[in-house]
Amino acid sequence: MVLPPNVSEADFSAALGEFRSAVGADWVFSSDADVALYRDSYSIYWGEPEERVASAAVAPATVEEVQQVVRIANKYRIPLYPISTGRNLTYGGSAPTLRGSLVVDLKRMNRILAVDEKRHFALVEPGVSYFDLYNHIRERNLEVMLDVPDPGWGSPVGNSLDHGVGYTTAPFRDHFGSHCGMEVVTAEGEIIRTGTGAVPNSDNWQDFHYGAGPTIDGLFAQSNFGIVTKMGFWLMPMPEAYLTGTVTVPRYQDFDPLIHEVSYWEDLGLIGMPDYGSPIGGGFFAPPPAALAALMASGWPSIDALERFVGVEARPAWSVRLHFYGPEETVRANWQAAKRRFSGAIPGAAFQDGEFLRLPIPPEQEPTLPDKPRLGIPSLEVFAMVARNPSTANDPADGHADFFAMIPRKASAVWEAARVMFETYREMDTPAPYNPFSTPINYYSRCFIMAAVVPTWRDPARNSRSRELFARIMDRCAERGWGCYRTAPAFQDQLARTYSFNNNALLRFREKLKDSIDPNGILSPGRYGIWPASMRNTRA
Amino acid sequence: MNRVFRVVIACVMLSASAAYAQSDATRQKGNEVFQYWCATCHGRGAGMPGTIALTAKYKGALPGALEDRTDLTPQAVRFVVRNGAAIMPFFRKTEVSDADLDAITEYLVRRSPQPGERANTGR
Repeated sequence: MVLPPNVSEADFSAALGEFRSAVGADWVFSSDADVALYRDSYSIYWGEPEERVASAAVAPATVEEVQQVVRIANKYRIPLYPISTGRNLTYGGSAPTLRGSLVVDLKRMNRILAVDEKRHFALVEPGVSYFDLYNHIRERNLEVMLDVPDPGWGSPVGNSLDHGVGYTTAPFRDHFGSHCGMEVVTAEGEIIRTGTGAVPNSDNWQDFHYGAGPTIDGLFAQSNFGIVTKMGFWLMPMPEAYLTGTVTVPRYQDFDPLIHEVSYWEDLGLIGMPDYGSPIGGGFFAPPPAALAALMASGWPSIDALERFVGVEARPAWSVRLHFYGPEETVRANWQAAKRRFSGAIPGAAFQDGEFLRLPIPPEQEPTLPDKPRLGIPSLEVFAMVARNPSTANDPADGHADFFAMIPRKASAVWEAARVMFETYREMDTPAPYNPFSTPINYYSRCFIMAAVVPTWRDPARNSRSRELFARIMDRCAERGWGCYRTAPAFQDQLARTYSFNNNALLRFREKLKDSIDPNGILSPGRYGIWPASMRNTRA
Repeated sequence: MNRVFRVVIACVMLSASAAYAQSDATRQKGNEVFQYWCATCHGRGAGMPGTIALTAKYKGALPGALEDRTDLTPQAVRFVVRNGAAIMPFFRKTEVSDADLDAITEYLVRRSPQPGERANTGR
């Protein structure tokens, strides 16, 4: 058994007894076998002394039970680590930031408290998954569409609190940005409701997010200032139709005007997440075609060389697929207007009509649909990319750690980021899945992402190399001025240090808040680099 | 056939039929739990990561979809749910309870031979 730091076995045993009284003996997990189920199965420290493992877990079913858990933890100074559905794989899963923490597993708090199809919102508890919320909506034929992340078993509450993202239009695919109102149990066991939920008898908690005065909702995301027990989300009304179309542009240097034009559609809110690609480059993370590999053999090619290469290849340099949501007349008209504008902006732009679907999708049509998340349908199909499959069959990884460099929405930044990634992998003598045609991801509408997917293993030697690569990518990107939006506990201290403007003023401010809001330092110590005073001095 | 023997036979048959009904109910529950927790990766049809992975692993020697397997043992099902396999994580008891796991196991081994082994599926 792993004990929480600075807690005696006798005190821990007494605390477990009190937790059992609070939530019922069946819902306190302390045997080695049960606690092992809270390990992060993608841990980059799997099986090593540094692996962040829990001491025990407790699963309250109500907000009152959460309050009792917090009070007991304060009494015995036991660090807690709340999880929602615990499926935050790649970002730590259900394992704590601090080894020996007690996981507060909120999976049993799984009530869908409201879905309003006229005012377009939902109110849910943390244990509700995207699958649950989707099934609830479909069974009742409610006319709203979810925005879901790639894996559908996650929690809208947990996903948004880790700044998770989806695929539909900009206001909805930023999951934290589309929340409206939360209920929080503080470190001292008090219940707060944010926004208009703070007005007693309010009937518009999910309609107006600000209330009055400073908003504090952001304090509860990627942090350790409270345990969120309810959260509201704005939903998209179910659009009548979904239409896709692909634009291709001929030249290497057409990428910048392409991005500029896509941003016009994006920032007007007329499209979902654009899907950039390159017919020449070989696709996301694919090895470059032989001719491109040959061109790169003598170093990163100049733009002139790339332009000549594109000319010889006689294929479009770049593509982007656009996704329109709305009434049939307007999605068709928008695609026509897009063709006109792209043609005007970029000589040689070409167009390919894609899918047209009437929404909602009939249930019998769902299983065969590609791109389910773009239609608000939760699934786990994304795992096929990393599971054993015909392309990974020789050596599929056991997990992965994702680094997302947040870069400006312009061609020069994409090219530079691809080159920084390429060179960092090469420094580590690791095959680099980047080339001058690598394309960004656009989860957050105003920012591009250059992604790195680093494999994790059950093998310490291979994990050691993965850690070195991951840490180096983070440092190289930070040197260039690019932060990352989310990471696993193993790298949260390093990530916090990259946001160091003015002698870490931001982190120091967060630490002041931590000391005031959670004086005993019991909530998720170390999460996103925020340690309580008692633990700060022992960490570099 | 004497009356006592007939009563004994009747009792045995009743008890077998009750056991069968219970097993049927468990399998039905197992099917429901499987569809909720497992089929999103291990279901039949295209796009299922678990089915794709097992198809790649067995190269046609065994079906990729778990519900089509006739060789699964209770021990294997229990082990994988609580220990994971490759990128498949393990499942906590707040997700798949021990009773749920019993039901999934009963459902997935329904077409496996060795009824003698199946009688000993208790933990």
